[in-house]
Amino acid sequence: MQHYSGFGLVKHALTYHENWQRAWRNPTPKKKYDVIVVGGGGHGLATAYYLAKEHGITNVAVVEKGWLGGGNTARNTTIVRSNYLWDEAAWLYEHAMKLWEGLSQDLNYNVMYSQRGVMNLGHTLQDMRDIHRRVNANRLNGIDGEVLDIKQIQEIVPIMDCSKHTRYPIMGASWQPRGGVARHDAVAWGFARGADALGVDMLQQTEVTGIRKSGNKVLGVETTRGFIAADTVGVVTAGNSGVLAKMAGFQLPIESHPLQALVSEPMKPILDTVVMSNKVHGYVSQSDKGDLVIGAGIDGYNGYGQRGSYSTIEHTLQAIVELFPMFSRVRMNRQWGGIVDTCPDACPIISATPVGGLFFNCGWGTGGFKATPGSGNVFAATLAAGKPHPLAAPFSIDRFISGKLIDEHGAAGVAH
Amino acid sequence: MLHIYCPHCAEYREEEEFRPKGEAHIARPVAPEAASDEEWGTYLFFRKNPRGLHHELWYHAAGCRKFFNATRDTVSYQILETYKVGQKPSVVAGQSSNKGAAK
Repeated sequence: MQHYSGFGLVKHALTYHENWQRAWRNPTPKKKYDVIVVGGGGHGLATAYYLAKEHGITNVAVVEKGWLGGGNTARNTTIVRSNYLWDEAAWLYEHAMKLWEGLSQDLNYNVMYSQRGVMNLGHTLQDMRDIHRRVNANRLNGIDGEVLDIKQIQEIVPIMDCSKHTRYPIMGASWQPRGGVARHDAVAWGFARGADALGVDMLQQTEVTGIRKSGNKVLGVETTRGFIAADTVGVVTAGNSGVLAKMAGFQLPIESHPLQALVSEPMKPILDTVVMSNKVHGYVSQSDKGDLVIGAGIDGYNGYGQRGSYSTIEHTLQAIVELFPMFSRVRMNRQWGGIVDTCPDACPIISATPVGGLFFNCGWGTGGFKATPGSGNVFAATLAAGKPHPLAAPFSIDRFISGKLIDEHGAAGVAH
Repeated sequence: MLHIYCPHCAEYREEEEFRPKGEAHIARPVAPEAASDEEWGTYLFFRKNPRGLHHELWYHAAGCRKFFNATRDTVSYQILETYKVGQKPSVVAGQSSNKGAAK
């Protein structure tokens, strides 16, 4: 793998940047792999990378129906935080957060992780009680968090309307300084390049059309480029997880919904942190390019169409304008939708399945991006050992039978 | 914006008057106290979530405030029919599974 550095940049400038090595190969599928990862998004690529790097399993294929990082990895609003309420979730997301903090060095790829802080606003007394509870829970788990009053909020975000004259006046906020944003495409590309260098085959434009089983054991996957065998198959297909589960012959406690986001025209720097509000329901940050990156909740109906209803966008922008009246004149540039796989308890499923050798990593719903490295890390360990990583164990699919849910709905400031 | 025909109002109304309420025809276990954990968990949480035809419950929240069912394509979002609760869908997915009369 060609090492990226400042020196390399200068060197390649002499040849007009025409001789850069390709970041990954485009191999033809082998007949058999040790592990197949279905889904070439951030989580799938991270899984392949950590399988090769930490577990020495390099005979791995990532099977992707489109192009790498073209699904929700390319469609999210790039927010990273770990301030979840319940221990199990907090540990998992904090595991990811620690990996984020060294990711650019680890991958030798600038994922532009910018720890600009994440602010979750409270607008009611109950919001504030929840915020106090969550920040205390976070601190007990060693996760940074503070409760801010209006004066402190106003110092950090002077342009926000913190007056008493709004419909839902801001009463306070939780603040996680280590949170922030990252460059979403770079995360996929960095993991893909890293995994490729370790010998992983990235099979793009290869759609899985079936899962071949013998009795109750997985044999491999049928694809549009023929059958590929593997004893272990990890499915990381976000919104399409239900479709894959149906191929394997079982159901998931998941429903797929459209989640929309939008960006404005680029502007000069105006907002240097991430502001989220569950009550008026919207979140916004400003990308390094200068556009406001805006999102809110899912469309309520089930959908696989990668688009949603206009009224949802309207509600989102109403919330943003309520918080930032000065943004009312900003023009929106692009709008899109992704398919998110929402779980009843707003926590993911990282689990063995009724089919031997077949594992699922799904259900990340509206907030999977922040977990990308952690999700891949624990899922790789799960695939390598054939049993759940300790951090993944509570996220077994069995919890929907036993009732031991990890109910992060609302609790963690999960927008939904 | 979806245009949805409310079978109670017998009119097309705009999507914002309605709330989607998820999969339709989910039968509650007949004897809840006798249901196993698996039956109960399946009833509460596990869903068909099909890519294609979906029979689902809608609520006319800002209208007649009554529930009804719809058959909708989850890829194109086209609503193929709406029908009252208790009725069976007339449009069902071609082959095997999705019969609408749920488990």
